[in-house]
Amino acid sequence: MPQVSLSVNGKPVTAEVENRTLLVELLRETLRLTGTHVGCDTSQCGACVVHVNGDSVKSCAMLAVQAEGADVLTIEGLAAPDGTLHPMQEAFREYHALQCGFCTPGMVMSAIDLVRKNPQGLSEREIREGLEGNLCRCTGYHNIVKAIDAAQQVMHGRVKELPRAAE
Amino acid sequence: MGFEGIGASVRRREDLRFLSGRGNYTDDINRPGQLYAVIVRSPHPHAAIRGIDTAAAKAAPGVHAVFTGADLAAEKVGGLPCGWQVRNKDGSPMAEPPHPVLAIGKVRHVGDPVAVVIAETKAQARDAAELVSVTYDVLPAAATLEAALRPGAPLVHDDVPGNICYDWHLGDKDATDAAFARAHKVATLELVNNRLIPNAMEPRAAVGEYDPSSGEYTLYTTSQNPHVIRLLMGAFVLNIPEHRLRVVAPDVGGGFGSKIYHYAEEAIVTWASAKVKRPVKWTAERSESFMSDAHGRDHVTVAEMALDAEGKFLGLRVRTLANMGAYLSTFAPCVPTYLYATLLAGVYTTPAIYAEVKAVFTNTVPVDAYRGAGRPEATFLLERLVDICALEMGMDRVEIRRRNFIPASAFPYQTPVALQYDSGDYHASLDAALKAADWAGFEARRAEAKARGRLRGIGISTYIEACGIAPSAVVGSLGARAGLYEVANIRVNPTGSITVFTGTHSHGQGHETTFAQLVADRFGVPLSQVEIVHGDTARIPFGMGTYGSRSLAVGGSAMMKAADKIIAKGKRIAAHLLEADVADIEFKDGKFQVAGTDRAKTLAEISLAAYVPHNYPIEELEPGLEETAFYDPKNFTFPGGCHIAEVEIDPETGATQVVSFTAVDDVGRVINPMIVEGQVQGGVAQGIGQALLERCFYDETGQLVSGSMMDYTMPRADDVPNIAVGHSITLCTHNPLGVKGCGEVGAIGAPPAVIGAVVDALKEYGVRHIDMPATAEKVWSIINASRNTSRPRMAAE
Repeated sequence: MPQVSLSVNGKPVTAEVENRTLLVELLRETLRLTGTHVGCDTSQCGACVVHVNGDSVKSCAMLAVQAEGADVLTIEGLAAPDGTLHPMQEAFREYHALQCGFCTPGMVMSAIDLVRKNPQGLSEREIREGLEGNLCRCTGYHNIVKAIDAAQQVMHGRVKELPRAAE
Repeated sequence: MGFEGIGASVRRREDLRFLSGRGNYTDDINRPGQLYAVIVRSPHPHAAIRGIDTAAAKAAPGVHAVFTGADLAAEKVGGLPCGWQVRNKDGSPMAEPPHPVLAIGKVRHVGDPVAVVIAETKAQARDAAELVSVTYDVLPAAATLEAALRPGAPLVHDDVPGNICYDWHLGDKDATDAAFARAHKVATLELVNNRLIPNAMEPRAAVGEYDPSSGEYTLYTTSQNPHVIRLLMGAFVLNIPEHRLRVVAPDVGGGFGSKIYHYAEEAIVTWASAKVKRPVKWTAERSESFMSDAHGRDHVTVAEMALDAEGKFLGLRVRTLANMGAYLSTFAPCVPTYLYATLLAGVYTTPAIYAEVKAVFTNTVPVDAYRGAGRPEATFLLERLVDICALEMGMDRVEIRRRNFIPASAFPYQTPVALQYDSGDYHASLDAALKAADWAGFEARRAEAKARGRLRGIGISTYIEACGIAPSAVVGSLGARAGLYEVANIRVNPTGSITVFTGTHSHGQGHETTFAQLVADRFGVPLSQVEIVHGDTARIPFGMGTYGSRSLAVGGSAMMKAADKIIAKGKRIAAHLLEADVADIEFKDGKFQVAGTDRAKTLAEISLAAYVPHNYPIEELEPGLEETAFYDPKNFTFPGGCHIAEVEIDPETGATQVVSFTAVDDVGRVINPMIVEGQVQGGVAQGIGQALLERCFYDETGQLVSGSMMDYTMPRADDVPNIAVGHSITLCTHNPLGVKGCGEVGAIGAPPAVIGAVVDALKEYGVRHIDMPATAEKVWSIINASRNTSRPRMAAE
């Protein structure tokens, strides 16, 4: 079986995989990083989104061996070592942007990449269109959009603290 | 931390684990020595099984076992039970054909499970499943309601003539006929309620584990009601007594009804784990979910309303065909009957109603309750018909509703279709919604859109639903084979913290937060002192689970009842400690106090005395401070409200966008406004999905065409607008919290509002009604056909 060496959440990892093993299977089954979810089998839902070398990637649509030498970041590696949440995680909590939590890791990872790649800032419509690759069945997206809008202000340094949601 | 009791938008306690990847969903659970199951499913809608050759699969690498229906039958494994019996018009019971765990003799829908392969790895199981050779004699299929009812149609079950599961009715036929006989006008509407696939984001999964040393079984499963699964699977399918069977439903990634039912795979992994003496895990691939999760809706209906000259509704006549699929899922029979026809009065004073429902077997996946379950079908029918009534009468859509509303002074209100509504104020919610949506200013927005080349329309629905399911005696008399109470156990721990064990189950609803608010508020302790435990039959005494927006109304009420028992006992302990009469002890703000004095004991002091009973009325009172309560609701609860949608249509493409949505709901008392708002928004998005995007489609041969997320259109972020949520509250009069329910109102109220808006936008094209989903193709075809007729030159060009 081929070997693959990569960095996951800042730690070097070497694992034996089958040629057909998907990146998401390596993460979930071999490394037991079960925060990354599988919600479909046609790369439609985005529950499995992680960052590979800084880009959001559907880890169900990439073979583990393709991640050789890559830096992979999953939801488990997002918060600071002291537990301080990433502004996007904090915003999802503050704005009630999750219900069952299943789409959430992929949604958060996608949203971070979307915001980072758009330093000029995103309108509500652009956020909605930018979430094209992620499905949520619980929230109706309303609060996800609000959370991303609030988080982008923190991520781009426009405000120091996350704006609070209306009561 | 600020105010965190009833009415506070407390941020959810479950979020941290979900946001940091530490949720614990069923597929995240790997048991030591676990094997993997892959199910071999029928590719045919209808076929006789002539033979199953498992030899090659059994010899494949890593394979431990291959089982078929014959193996289960040899061990007397039972079929999947149905939990509700509906009777025919003549009183005879419905047809209730067996539903084998693995097919025996025949397959009846694409996806019907035929065999299971159990192997060391999932990949090995998948490879070996390809080697199972099933010889089928393909039979013609009854793929749709229409096809199943044709004379000479193929029979889904050989002993169910005409494919009729039941032919049922409700209401007063004679009174309704009389109303039609004296009608000034009759409005008629034929409509389809489109079949949907629930698609919770987490696919179903199950892990079965048998412990040979104790003889105990554990099933981890994606369920909304672990105790119900334990009861059904233990008693009816596998013959395992309850004390030997533990069912755990850990974090569950959405349900919307689809995870209520007892599914074959749960029984397969549990049974197989004892055969192979290793834990066995099965996880659905999404394509598998499409052909094995219970679907929703799928009605064809003709409805007629009799009106007097003033636009008052005199009578309503409804004939509905409801698709059951190939087998009866756990609650399927009650959905198009007791959860549907009983809602046909809506919010109106219609004095005479008669509904006939024929439930039909087809060669499709079983259909059961999906978010709203029967009430969306009733609401869509009624609200669309009311719009048609307005059209026929030349009346305003709002005015005809007002004219027929049950007035706020009329509660409790007995409808002609069995229900008694306890409270509501439909004028108030209508007024609030009209104002919030700026109904009066709509024509200016329509004109502005027209200037941009867009067709803009506005739609309204004033809905009611029945939830908080349900009074046991009532549902029992209607054919339910279970009681629908709920159970709570509250344990005040020795140092005063509180653990609440609830029989309801949270799969996105935020119970760990809302219930903690409720209990903390009742006991006057900080939220941090209360823990909510759910989803494990080994920890929770009993429960009926979460569906039908019942968790707070029924489960929360059970908590209040258990809390009352704790407080009553606490008063007796306090009376002893404070040397006062028990009648003089008040419980307030977390303290047991002698009325009119400053002599008091905190809850923690009382609980410590209860567990360390050195100074304690031991002769008359047991130590400890833990109580269990069963709460059986006295009635359903009746949330209602008004939803208003605005759409814009691009006439060149037919693409329809919901540009504004306003919901004003009466959900009873609100415990956590943030969570309620989220529940409504999520439901509305599913309602918009049904109205514009989603359609489960079987072709005439019975193949599932919309069988993946590439083919079935789930609403995405850019398909839905911001959803404005307001409240217009009347309290439920018969539960201790005054709560009604909020989980399903969005999916119930939204579809007719959206379709009403589409029809309104297309009114210049003479459109009266459009069936769901109003896809771009459907809308464009209407516009195009009209252009071709009215402007023939364009067609010639």
